[in-house]
Amino acid sequence: MIGQFNWAGVLEFLPELGTGLYYTLLISIIGLLIGFILGAIFGLGRISRNKFYYGISSFYIEVIRGTPVLVQAIWIFFALPLITGYNMESVTAGIVVIGINSGAYIAEVVRGSVQSIDKGQVEAGRSLGLTHHQTMRYIVWPQAFKRMIPPLGNQFIISIKDTSLLSVILVPELMFQGRLIASNYFNAVEIYTTVAVFYLAITLTLSYVLRYIERRLDVQ
Amino acid sequence: MITVKDLHKKFGDNEVLKGINCEIKPSEVVCVIGPSGSGKSTFLRCLNVLETITSGEVIVDGFNLNDKKTNINKVRTEVGMVFQQFNLFPHKTVIQNVMLAPEKVRKISSQEARERGMKLLEKVGLLEKADQYPSQLSGGQQQRVAIARALAMEPKLMLFDEPTSALDPELVGEVLEVMKQLALEGMTMVVVTHEMGFAREVADRVLFMDQGVIMEADTPENIFSNPQNERTKAFLNKVL
Ligand SMILES: Nc1ncnc2c1ncn2[C@@H]1O[C@H](COP(=O)(O)OP(=O)(O)OP(=O)(O)O)[C@@H](O)[C@H]1O
Ligand SMILES: [Mg+2]
Repeated sequence: MIGQFNWAGVLEFLPELGTGLYYTLLISIIGLLIGFILGAIFGLGRISRNKFYYGISSFYIEVIRGTPVLVQAIWIFFALPLITGYNMESVTAGIVVIGINSGAYIAEVVRGSVQSIDKGQVEAGRSLGLTHHQTMRYIVWPQAFKRMIPPLGNQFIISIKDTSLLSVILVPELMFQGRLIASNYFNAVEIYTTVAVFYLAITLTLSYVLRYIERRLDVQ
Repeated sequence: MITVKDLHKKFGDNEVLKGINCEIKPSEVVCVIGPSGSGKSTFLRCLNVLETITSGEVIVDGFNLNDKKTNINKVRTEVGMVFQQFNLFPHKTVIQNVMLAPEKVRKISSQEARERGMKLLEKVGLLEKADQYPSQLSGGQQQRVAIARALAMEPKLMLFDEPTSALDPELVGEVLEVMKQLALEGMTMVVVTHEMGFAREVADRVLFMDQGVIMEADTPENIFSNPQNERTKAFLNKVL
């Protein structure tokens, strides 16, 4: 069979794959943006002394980390409408899934980074008369943010790959488009290889950008 | 400047300070000595409420620190603190370290804060390091920056917690020199230290702490040459 693959034939499907790439990127970017906001909110909840805030944050993080993305996707897309009577479009649902899912992991990244800052830093800030808020803003956050970048990049890459699971809720992302083409034209090797290359292109670009940011921030 | 009456501090069930009483006058330099674990750091940290006060009365610059209505941030602007581990902000340059609090707390202009900061860096002999990061400095230089940073708030009182203990021996002198200068200028200082030479030379009074109380308080001459308390004698025999 070697040599019988029709690689040039893939070109024919570039428009469909392009659509897939578009949705994969769209869902990744908006989803991770939401995830970042949720991560900041609930990550801070995990270090809050307010029991309610802490409780809610822990509950959210544990539930999301303790269940598969696939289950979350199916639940949000198929089960939630049955409860609320409100139908979500699959792309919207996909964004929500990636947002909520990455949010839980990002929350742990935020918590870990903030807690990794030596408490002498806070004491130095407070002893100068800075308020708790000012100490966080000028001293803890800038340092924590820098430490967040590597694990954050890791999570971004995982979430981007997780979008491929959204094909089960009919999001026309890369994997969904690939599967559609492959099942119609019996060119699975060529198409799935191309899909793999697309994912790799996204994740490698991201890795590169993050490493660049890291180096820029590492001025001292 | 400072009045402490029957100060107690507990960590859980562990009572670390068991009734501290003392009075420190403006411009006085007080050194606190004593064995490890006797509560020296805890006592010092109660003076700017880095540790909450379990019971007793602590009055600093007219503020009652054990009163919920007291604005602790306000008190802290008048009380500088220098830590054993320096605790400089590693993401900020030397001058930014010094400027931060005056700008954000005192709300003075950036330019004024810079001028004030530069004067202080000159005073501690580090003007040429202004734009470097803390990690580029030696321990002794970092500690001098930390002193300048505290002074930038123009405090009425400075607390030092073993400022030279983390330093290589050859770097201790330069930090003590800056502190001595400060003492000569009339700064009120409370210094926890193992540098008995410094205590003897610079202190107006030495407090010997052990097991959570001040066992003996006297002039350096009396403490070092003629200690009254048996524990003071035993401690000094060990360290001198
Ligand atoms: N945050 C804390 N939580 C619980 N216990 C503490 C805490 N800080 C200090 N302690 C305890 O309080 C006691 C006194 O500690 P402190 O640091 O005040 O002693 P010290 O005289 O400064 O000793 P050293 O010379 O070693 O610095 C010690 O037994 C210590 O274990
Ligand atoms: Mg100590």
